[in-house]
Amino acid sequence: MVKRFSIYIVMAVLLLGCAHNQQQTLFDKLGGHDGLTNIVNGLIKQIAKDKQIFHYFEDTRISRFRTHLVDHFCAITDGPCEYTGDTMTDIHTGMKISESDFNRLVDLLIKAMELQNIPHPVQNQLLARLAPLRSQIIYI
Amino acid sequence: MLLLSGWKNIIKIIKLAYLTVLLLFASQLFAADGKLIATPGVSQVEGSAGGGLVPWAQLAGYASQDEVAANVFCSQAKVDDFRLRSCGAQLNLYDRVELSLAHQTFRVDALDTDIEQRIFGAKVRLYGDLVYSPWPMVSLGMQYKHLDDNDVAKALNAKDSSGTDWYLAASKLHLGAVAGYNLFWNITARYTDANELGLLGFGGPGENKEVQWESSAAIFFSRELAVGVEYRQKPDNLNLDEDDWADIFVAWIPNKDISVTAAWLDLGSIAGSDDQHGLYLSLTGYF
Repeated sequence: MVKRFSIYIVMAVLLLGCAHNQQQTLFDKLGGHDGLTNIVNGLIKQIAKDKQIFHYFEDTRISRFRTHLVDHFCAITDGPCEYTGDTMTDIHTGMKISESDFNRLVDLLIKAMELQNIPHPVQNQLLARLAPLRSQIIYI
Repeated sequence: MLLLSGWKNIIKIIKLAYLTVLLLFASQLFAADGKLIATPGVSQVEGSAGGGLVPWAQLAGYASQDEVAANVFCSQAKVDDFRLRSCGAQLNLYDRVELSLAHQTFRVDALDTDIEQRIFGAKVRLYGDLVYSPWPMVSLGMQYKHLDDNDVAKALNAKDSSGTDWYLAASKLHLGAVAGYNLFWNITARYTDANELGLLGFGGPGENKEVQWESSAAIFFSRELAVGVEYRQKPDNLNLDEDDWADIFVAWIPNKDISVTAAWLDLGSIAGSDDQHGLYLSLTGYF
């Protein structure tokens, strides 16, 4: 029994074992400033035709939203930018964004990254940087 | 006789096809899709949301905390001398409570008999979210199991023909954790006296409930495809050298309406028949 268990442990560890090295910043992997701008433009297009969450953006000034979101993505992916916009809490207070609508935006962001041919592992790394922000965005 | 069983099978297939078509239509109408794709897990053999063998902390279906979801599933495990079919349904209420029903049919070739068991399950999410919370998601669950016919269980000296398992499960999905791929893991502690899921009854001579450990790990190679392993510790109340179970699985989740899971099973010794290996196939429809 101990032997069988250890075989499965070894297999689990092997699954995790693909070591990697990280020299490029995530910002570089996403295609730098141009890459992020393309992703954000794609995201804006997705939102514009989305029935579920478009209403949150009806009064949004698109040029301002684009600039700040690119800056924000740039800053959290170790790019050479400083985010100067409002805090996540300030922006989203009063919007009462549900868990479902938040995940809808994540779905659209993934779609936008797919359209820019961002590799799956790089997509996940951006999502991992964004995930901790959820508590400053939903149900406030 | 042969002709009759042939007809029975055809009727079964027609019923199944009808159900599938109905589900596909229903899933288009009512789909709750507030969770990220693949995050609810699939259906385990006792009807709870989980892997194939192990119940996970996630609640079944794509309901977020403002939604209700319902799912149906059917699974089949075929090993050398046995076959288990398990079909059922799950209801997710506001991603807080999961209720499930499962009907298992266990084919024992050596006795040329079917053992049937019904399972009612309930699971409550105590803490967290699989993806977003800093600590793992934790849920408490129970599975009430009732054998339709306890002849085999009695013959093997099992104490009861029904029983209740309690379990505490913790799960987490780490985004981009392994070379950028998402890593899932789960640990479950189950308080049980069920022999081979309860199919061979509950308890045994002088044996009481104990905690058994179960665990799963998986890597998502894309949004739609996960490959993983599971391990499930089991009691040996009947002194039949009941073994722990393990599997290697591939889950394919092409969209939020359906998932397909295939696994290679290593179930060890079952009721005295050694080295039971085989294949597992499971389908879940979400709506």
